[in-house]
Amino acid sequence: MTAASARPPQPTMTPAPEASSVLVRVRGLCFSRDEQVIFDHLDLDIERGKVTAIMGPSGAGKTTLLKLIGGLLRPDAGRIEVDGQDIGTLSRRELFELRIRIGMLFQSGALLTDLNVFENIAYPLREHYRLPESVLRRLVLMKLEAVGLRGAAQLMPSSLSGGMARRVALARAVALDPMMIMYDEPFTGQDPISMGVLVSLIRQLNDASAMTSLLVSHDVRETLSIADQAYLIAQGRLICQGTPQEIARESSPWVRQFVDGLPDGPVHFHYPAPDLAASLLSEAHR
Amino acid sequence: MINALASLGHWALNTLATSGRSLLLLLGMLAGLTSLLRRPRLVLLQIYSIGVLSILIVVVSGLFVGMVLGLQGYYVLSRFGAAESLGVMVAASLVRELGPVVSALLVAGRAGSALTAEIGLMKTTEQLSGLEMMAVDPVKRVLSPRLLGGFLSMPLLAALFSAIGVLGGYFVGVGLLGVDSGAFWSQMQAQIDFSNDLVNGVIKSLVFGFVVTWIALFEGYDAVPTATGISRATTRTVVNGSLAVLALDFVLTALMFGD
Ligand SMILES: Nc1ncnc2c1ncn2[C@@H]1O[C@H](COP(=O)(O)OP(=O)(O)OP(=O)(O)O)[C@@H](O)[C@H]1O
Ligand SMILES: [Mg+2]
Repeated sequence: MTAASARPPQPTMTPAPEASSVLVRVRGLCFSRDEQVIFDHLDLDIERGKVTAIMGPSGAGKTTLLKLIGGLLRPDAGRIEVDGQDIGTLSRRELFELRIRIGMLFQSGALLTDLNVFENIAYPLREHYRLPESVLRRLVLMKLEAVGLRGAAQLMPSSLSGGMARRVALARAVALDPMMIMYDEPFTGQDPISMGVLVSLIRQLNDASAMTSLLVSHDVRETLSIADQAYLIAQGRLICQGTPQEIARESSPWVRQFVDGLPDGPVHFHYPAPDLAASLLSEAHR
Repeated sequence: MINALASLGHWALNTLATSGRSLLLLLGMLAGLTSLLRRPRLVLLQIYSIGVLSILIVVVSGLFVGMVLGLQGYYVLSRFGAAESLGVMVAASLVRELGPVVSALLVAGRAGSALTAEIGLMKTTEQLSGLEMMAVDPVKRVLSPRLLGGFLSMPLLAALFSAIGVLGGYFVGVGLLGVDSGAFWSQMQAQIDFSNDLVNGVIKSLVFGFVVTWIALFEGYDAVPTATGISRATTRTVVNGSLAVLALDFVLTALMFGD
């Protein structure tokens, strides 16, 4: 049984006025944090019903992009439209109505540490719908079953491993059966078996309930295996976009280095820093 | 010179911005109070963790403060042959001043610091952002019940502090120093005024409870999301909360009892 087979009553979905195939449209996005420019006129489209992968080096701003799309951060310039609505112009109430339809799996899990696993997943359901306890229980246990953690329902988040916490967070992100889910590194800390299950679960969820999935991950092979479309971002710009096949054929040295995981190439492993020998010498002088 | 001016200006701007943010947060929390009518459990939980869990420290401190008042009061009053007024003196100082003020200081130290650390940690671990993304307003759901809980707990704690303090004073004055028991109670009954003393004391503790909880919640919500940030915020809660209580006590006393 998949997590998507039973759905709570949906809020009346307002279909986008122009039900276009693009769910998230990012145009001219600029964002910086304490002098550091993270996005510099970024353009990006996320298509409805597809699994879109966003990849890029650590610190490229992938998490930041998800937070911008979710309205947790405000862009300095440019616009972000989700389902035809400009995030920047929404009132707080409208933003909350939109967020009910967006699930997000945080990189850190972000589980409520005062509630056990069961209550964590029940939380969004309790907040937004009045469901009889028996129905709620069935829904929650089904979500937990899908991520293989039904037996952990009574544990507190503090006694979960990192990988388990992330799977619980995934179950919570899909609890409201959103139209779009943003996964921030769902595969980190998963063993090969649960990794395989999660990879197919994400694909399955996407197809079974016509969801749109936004997948941020460093696991290039797994990610490309389920993505319909992939974007590579670095240094605030879009480096490359296309289907996994196109990415695999791409010959630019940057893309090759990233996809093949080579230490040397146009991308530097090191955060910008002065020469190592020079730094060590100047330390010694002090 | 220029540097000093610049840093003064910087400080002033920062203070102004902080005040603005704390005021905005307060408005948000007040707006969230109405939604608590449907979720009284959230408030009860906070009354438990802010109020009930502070009972022990309040009772013990109240007892000692009352006993000290009994001792000091007896020495001064007996010099004027007015030892029978000990009851009035102990009760008036407790109900008007020491009850509200000391219990507010205790709450700022015990419950206020805990609130700041809790909210700060929820921010650091992205639990607040997580709530936002679930379309749940953390200010309404997490902060408002705590504000109301602190506001309601404070007068009860202050009353408890005063009651235990009077018993402590009685124990020392009547039990150990031989003041007449009947005089102790009857003078107290005759001299302590309901609206002048009791109501004013309750108003004070309501104000203190509100301000201490507000400061604690704001510091946690505004904390820099790091370990150092939270520890600084916790310190600021205790320092600012205590100073605010003492300063407000002066203002309120002047308004209530000065004529
Ligand atoms: N709260 C913050 N304050 C200041 N700068 C930040 C903050 N969060 C992130 N940054 C900076 O923003 C940049 C992008 O961060 P982000 O977390 O979006 O990267 P990422 O692509 O998700 O990296 P990773 O793959 O390691 O998760 C980083 O260079 C980081 O230094
Ligand atoms: Mg990230």
